Amino acid sequence: MTPDIVQHALLLSLALFTIGAVGVFLRRNIITIFMCVELMLNAVNLSFIAFSRSLGTLDAQVLVFFVLTVAAAEAAVGLAIVISMQRHRDTLDVDTFSLLKW
Amino acid sequence: MTIDAVTFYVAAALALVSAVVVVAQRNPIYSAFALIVTLCSLSAIYGILGASFIAILQVVVYAGAIMVLFLFVLMLLNVRPEERFAGESRRFKLTALALGALLAGQVAAVLLRVARPGVASDFDASSRPVARILFSPQYLYVFEATSVLILAALVGSVALARKDA
Repeated sequence: MTPDIVQHALLLSLALFTIGAVGVFLRRNIITIFMCVELMLNAVNLSFIAFSRSLGTLDAQVLVFFVLTVAAAEAAVGLAIVISMQRHRDTLDVDTFSLLKW
Repeated sequence: MTIDAVTFYVAAALALVSAVVVVAQRNPIYSAFALIVTLCSLSAIYGILGASFIAILQVVVYAGAIMVLFLFVLMLLNVRPEERFAGESRRFKLTALALGALLAGQVAAVLLRVARPGVASDFDASSRPVARILFSPQYLYVFEATSVLILAALVGSVALARKDA
């Protein structure tokens, strides 16, 4: 276990977060956008774990636990919204849902 | 290189490649499977970083429960591959990539200021020490509050997915 691995884990987390963000910009399918958000959440979790390993405290592990719980709740609610969107408009393309756009 | 380092770099490469597949793949089913690969390799990395409890949770909760939910909805709605990719317009794609690069640059500037994070000795993040902190007065009420959050999510998703909603 070297400091190198911790630093590279942080860089990996940076790369994953960026890939997820670009995915949110590029994709039009709401479920894929959702998966990109999960990817970003995981990137943040990875940096929590890396910093926890580096600092030797366990608080970050508890935070990751809470992020996991919130992600699970978010996925349940989000996918319920997706189902109801599909039922009303028969599409998952986010560009067709502009009702709240000013 | 130690076995830890080799495993780490293999898992990191796997996570990166499958994350790119998640974004680049037009068929959401394939994206979902690629995301499962990312999550499992991240779990391996958590294990190498000493967080065995979180590594198990990652596989059980993320790769198990959440991704099954995603795949379930994908199958239920019979989602077709995207015909229209936002990247169709070249300018949009370039803007997205430029924004991504900007974001990466900003975060990298902060991360590199941590220049070389050290490594704490005798680190133990198995379930016992993590649970001790989780149930300490500092986090106990937050932990109890998450149960309310989950209940709200449960009721909310049932209400949202109802037939006449």
